[in-house]
Amino acid sequence: MSDWPDVRLHVVTGKGGTGKSTVAAALALALAYGGRDVLLCEVEGRQGIARMFDVEPLPYEERRLATGLPGRRGRAGTVHALHVDPESALLEYLAMYYRLGRAGRLLDRFGVVDFATTLAPGVRDVLLTGKIYEAAKPGGRRGGGRAYDAVVLDAPPTGRIVQFLGVSSELAGLAKVGPIRSQSDAMMGLFRSEATAVHLTTVLEEMPVQETADGIAELREAGLPVGGVVVDQVRPRDLGDEHLAAAAAGTLDRELVAHDLRAAGLAEEADAGLVDVLLADGRDHAVRRRLEDEQRALVADLGRPAYELPRLAGGVDLGGLYELAGLLREQGMA
Amino acid sequence: MSRGRPRVGPLARTGDGTGADALDVDALIGDPATRIVVCCGSGGVGKTTTSAALALRAAEQGRRVVVLTIDPARRLAQSMGIEELDNTPRPVVGIDDAAGGALDAMMLDMKRTFDEVVESQASGDKAAQILANPFYVALSSSFAGTQEYMAMEKLGQVHRAAEADGTYDLVVVDTPPSRSALDFLDAPERLSSFLDGRFIRLLLAPARGPARFMTAGVGLVTGAVTKLIGAQVLRDMQTFVAAFDTLFGGFRARAERTFALLQADGTAFLVVAAPEPDALREAAYFTERLAEDAMPLAGLVVNRCSAVPTGAEGPDGAVLSTDEATTAATRVAKRDPVSVTAGLLRLHADRARAVEREGRLVERFSAAHPDVPVVAVPALAGDVHDLDGLREVGRLLADG
Ligand SMILES: Nc1ncnc2c1ncn2[C@@H]1O[C@H](COP(=O)(O)OP(=O)(O)OP(=O)(O)O)[C@@H](O)[C@H]1O
Ligand SMILES: Nc1ncnc2c1ncn2[C@@H]1O[C@H](COP(=O)(O)OP(=O)(O)O)[C@@H](O)[C@H]1O
Ligand SMILES: [Mg+2]
Ligand SMILES: [Mg+2]
Repeated sequence: MSDWPDVRLHVVTGKGGTGKSTVAAALALALAYGGRDVLLCEVEGRQGIARMFDVEPLPYEERRLATGLPGRRGRAGTVHALHVDPESALLEYLAMYYRLGRAGRLLDRFGVVDFATTLAPGVRDVLLTGKIYEAAKPGGRRGGGRAYDAVVLDAPPTGRIVQFLGVSSELAGLAKVGPIRSQSDAMMGLFRSEATAVHLTTVLEEMPVQETADGIAELREAGLPVGGVVVDQVRPRDLGDEHLAAAAAGTLDRELVAHDLRAAGLAEEADAGLVDVLLADGRDHAVRRRLEDEQRALVADLGRPAYELPRLAGGVDLGGLYELAGLLREQGMA
Repeated sequence: MSRGRPRVGPLARTGDGTGADALDVDALIGDPATRIVVCCGSGGVGKTTTSAALALRAAEQGRRVVVLTIDPARRLAQSMGIEELDNTPRPVVGIDDAAGGALDAMMLDMKRTFDEVVESQASGDKAAQILANPFYVALSSSFAGTQEYMAMEKLGQVHRAAEADGTYDLVVVDTPPSRSALDFLDAPERLSSFLDGRFIRLLLAPARGPARFMTAGVGLVTGAVTKLIGAQVLRDMQTFVAAFDTLFGGFRARAERTFALLQADGTAFLVVAAPEPDALREAAYFTERLAEDAMPLAGLVVNRCSAVPTGAEGPDGAVLSTDEATTAATRVAKRDPVSVTAGLLRLHADRARAVEREGRLVERFSAAHPDVPVVAVPALAGDVHDLDGLREVGRLLADG
C-alpha cells in the first residue's frame, strides 16, 4: 500500500545534484503499474529525461516514454514524458488567450519572449507550472488531452521551489494581472491541496541534509504539502554494524581475513598485501558510514517518511532506474 | 573482462604518462605572472571549495591573495570569517604566513555591487531615482545572470584596485552556482544586450516623441506586454530606461573591459567537474567555449573522485579488479554468509567499479581534449568546512 494514495501531483525537489531527476524518473516508473498512466515532467530545459531514458531530445509535447514497473499481478502501466520550456509555454499562452498568431512571432523577434521569460521569473514560473497544472488538475483536461493517474515533476532545487510553486508574494507585481493572475489562483488551490506532495531528495552529507531541513520549514511556512524525504546514493552496507567499530579502529582480525582469502584461492594476493588493502578499504568505509549515520539521525528527526536508495556503483542506466523504482515501491513510496 | 587493475582510474591516469598531462597546480599559483584564477563549472561540483583551497595554498606559499567567493556553505564561511555579506575583503585568520603571504576573503553581494556601479556612473539624484525604481529592484535581484555579471564586475574592480595599490598579487574567483558553466560567460553579454536591446529601445520610443516608431507591429507588441505584465510595470520600466539611458554606454564599456581582462595573459581558468557524465559534458562545452573566446584554460579539476584510501594503494599484485573481487566475495560468503572478509571484498569491488567508471569518463574527456591538463581530487570522507579541510584539498589538488 502506498503512503500517498491521494496524491496525484508528486513534486520532487532537493539540493542540486542530490538526485532529483533520478528519483523523479524512478518514482514515475514505480507509480506506473496496473494500467496506470503517469506523466513525468521536466522544466529546467536540460533534457535530462531524454538522457536518462536514452531517447531523442523531447519536444514540447507529451511523448510515450516507457513501460512502468509491473505490479504484483504482473501488469504494468505507461510513463509519458513532457519537457516544458518557458519560451514555448509563453507563445502557447499568448496564442491561447490573445489569439496572437503572427504577433507571437513578432514578440519573439523583438526579444519580448526572452525578456518575459528571463527577466520576470514570476512570469516564467507561472507559465511552467501552468502547463503542469493542465496535466494534473482535478476533473481531467480541457480539449480532450490524455488524463493521467499521476504526474511527477522533476522540479527546481530547494532554494527556488517555494517561489516556483508561485507562493512568493514578492513577484514585484510582475504576474499580478490578467489571465496569468486568475490561473495562478486555481493552481495554488491544487498545489496546496492533499492531491499534491512535495518530496525532497538528499544525500547523507551535512549541507544537503541542512538544506532539506530548511526546505521543509519554508514549504510549511508557505502552506505547501511536504511529502517524503528520499535519501539517495546511500553507501552499501557491506560491513555489519558489529564490524564497523573494529574496522574504524583498525582492529579487525587480520588472521581471519588472510585465512578466508586463502580459502577462496587468493593466497598469492593475500601474501602480496591484499589483506592490508582490504583493511584500509574497511577503515575508510567505516569512517564514511559513521558520518552517514550522524546525518541519518538528523533525517529521522525531520519527522517525514524517509526512503533510502543505494548508490549504484556503476552509475544509473535504464536498468538501474527500474531497480530504484522497485526499491521505492517496496518502501511504500509508490 | 581483462585483468585490468582498479588503479586505472582518474587518480592513477593523470600520472601515468598516457593521455592528458597532469595539471601542475603549484606551478600555476607559484608563477608570479598568474594574477587571476577563475574557477568555474556547473553547480555543486566544488567550485567554492576549490577556489578557497587554491587561494589558501597560494597564500601559504607566499602570495598575497584575495578570494571572491559566492554563496559558500555556512560553516566554511564562518571558518573563513566571511559570514557577513558586505562586499568587503577581510583577512582570514589562522593561515600560516611564514612565507610572507596573506589571504583576504569576501562574499559577493550582487545587489550591492550593482548599486555601486549605478552610483559610480550616475550623479546623486539620478542614481537615487534609479535605485528606488521597482523595476530596477527586480532587475538587480532576480535577472537570470545578474549574479554572474556582478561577479565579473567585482573581479574587475578588485583586480584594478590591486594592480594600482599593490594590495594583492593574486585574485581567485569563484563563480555563481549556475546551472551551466557557460552562464558565467554568457550572462554579461545577455544583460548588456538586454539593457541596450531592441525591446527596451522600443519601450522608450513613445517617451521620446516621434510617432514614426509606432508602427502597427510596435503597438501590438506593447499592447501584449501590457496585458502580460501590467501597465504599472511597463511604466516603471519606461521610467527606469529613461533614467538609465545615459548609463548604457558605461555598462557596456565595463563589461567589455572585464571580458578583455579574462583574455589577458595573467588570467587562468580552472574548470571544476564531478566525475559524472553531465558535469564532464558541461566541462567539455566550457573548454571549447573558452578556446573560442581566446580565454586561457589552465586545466580540469575532477573533484570528489572515488578515492583509493591511504594504505589501499597496494602493490599491483595485491589489488583486485571488480570482477575478481566480486567472485572472491561470493566464494567466501558461500562458506560464511556474514563473513567480514566477504564484506571487505564487496567494498573493494564497489570501489574498483566506481574508480573504473570514473576513469573511463575522464579518459573520454581527455580523448576529445588532449591538450587540457587534468587533476583528480578524491572525495574526503566529510564536508570541507575549515582551514584544515581546505589545506587537505589544496594538497590533493597539487599532488594529483
Ligand atoms: N542511486 C544512485 N546511484 C548512483 N548514482 C546516482 C544515484 N542517484 C543519482 N545518481 C547520479 O548522481 C548524479 C546527479 O543525479 P541527478 O541528475 O538525478 O541529480 P539532480 O538533483 O537532478 O541534479 P540537478 O540539480 O543538477 O538537476 C547523476 O549522475 C546520477 O546518475
Ligand atoms: N574533495 C572533496 N571532498 C569532500 N567534500 C567535498 C570536496 N569538494 C567539495 N566538497 C563538499 O561538497 C559540497 C559542495 O561544494 P561547493 O564547493 O560548495 O560546490 P559549488 O561551489 O561548486 O556549488 C560542500 O559541502 C563541500 O564541502
Ligand atoms: Mg536534475
Ligand atoms: Mg559555490
